[in-house]
Amino acid sequence: MDTTQNQRDWTSHPPLIAPGYKSTIFRGPSQNLITVPELMKPSSGPIFGLESVAPLDHDLTKNGIKNGEPLGERIVVSGRVLNQHGQPLKNTLIEVWQANAAGRYVHKRDQHHAPLDPNFFGAGRCVTNEEGIFKFYTIKPGAYPWGNHPNAWRPNHIHFSVFGPNIGTRLVTQMYFPGDPLLDYDPIYLAVPEKARERLISSFDLGLTEEGFALGYQFDIVLRGHHSTPFENE
Amino acid sequence: MNKLGQTPSQTVGPYFAYGLTPEQYKFDHTSLATPVLLDARKNSQDAIILRGKVCDLHGEAVDDAMIEIWQVDQEGKFQIKPHQGFFSIGRMGTGTIEGNLFEFTTCIPAAEKPGQAPAIHMIVFMRGLLSHVYTRVYFEDFKELNQEDPYLKLVAEERRSTLIAQKVQESPVTIYEFNLHMQGENETVFFDY
Ligand SMILES: [Fe+2]
Repeated sequence: MDTTQNQRDWTSHPPLIAPGYKSTIFRGPSQNLITVPELMKPSSGPIFGLESVAPLDHDLTKNGIKNGEPLGERIVVSGRVLNQHGQPLKNTLIEVWQANAAGRYVHKRDQHHAPLDPNFFGAGRCVTNEEGIFKFYTIKPGAYPWGNHPNAWRPNHIHFSVFGPNIGTRLVTQMYFPGDPLLDYDPIYLAVPEKARERLISSFDLGLTEEGFALGYQFDIVLRGHHSTPFENE
Repeated sequence: MNKLGQTPSQTVGPYFAYGLTPEQYKFDHTSLATPVLLDARKNSQDAIILRGKVCDLHGEAVDDAMIEIWQVDQEGKFQIKPHQGFFSIGRMGTGTIEGNLFEFTTCIPAAEKPGQAPAIHMIVFMRGLLSHVYTRVYFEDFKELNQEDPYLKLVAEERRSTLIAQKVQESPVTIYEFNLHMQGENETVFFDY
């Protein structure tokens, strides 16, 4: 049995301390993680399914409407959640949250001097179907400044939180957009080992683009592991 | 076999509250998981509170961490069907209780497998953490089982105490305290699952 198959691959993930991203210096563990033998890894867990998603959860262009349409460029984001052998992971719950088109979050702590949009909330969820495909509608998020270093700006991004067959496949990440010039200056993105960075960049997809309505972006997510782990439903 | 590369992790950032823990932070969106795993009205005698803070290198309790706990119930089962009185995943941000605490209402789980001590899985996400980290919460009451627990045995003896929740109140409800230290002298042990 290949004992490395379900490991978190640290040549793909950013390190816990990455000095360019300052707060990691005080918050990332400094001691080595304790390696758990393959057979001792938790192999089951609760699975969220369709029942966790309300009808408008996958449409951020509608789920925050108060008195009109949200401002900004409508986009549709779709992709597949796969394991490392390319097998689709169905019934996988994805939560997303993001800034509005002006680069402002509804979070009370976000003091960025940019307007809130009364018709955009910025959070939603979706679940992958039998082919592992998810899809949601939103507004393209704006870039926003942050305090890490002088003139620091986060590239446009959507935050993703993904479950999977077990606790080991849990993933929180960010999806970026192709051609964003801020990526070259962003210590959060640059903390990812170079060979793995492009996996975080969605691709523009004319086939996914809906005529007269929304630009399509494709973003596939690969969770670790390559054996279908039995789902625990009870 | 051609293996696809794993999608890299990125930090949860400072603004997760309205997306991941909206009810706790009073946003108009439902929460998938909340700080309450056990319905204490139905099972009051088994309820415990698991409380703690997340300290950075300077010992400051951070106010923007998100803690997720995963656990089996007292019969050893994971369940997330609402209305069964128990929900296996809890989530809480450290920004709403004074002292920047997380505080879960739950029960002591059954041991997941024979030979293991009862333990709650804990995942830490926060600004300044590029990849989430996993730890395990054990309970001081199970001294003998803890001695034999295979995960605790992977840990150097002098660091095991960072994984043991301490009972700080017995009644009316039992409160266990479990503080996380991301760095420093008592740095919490984290596991690479
Ligand atoms: Fe962000």
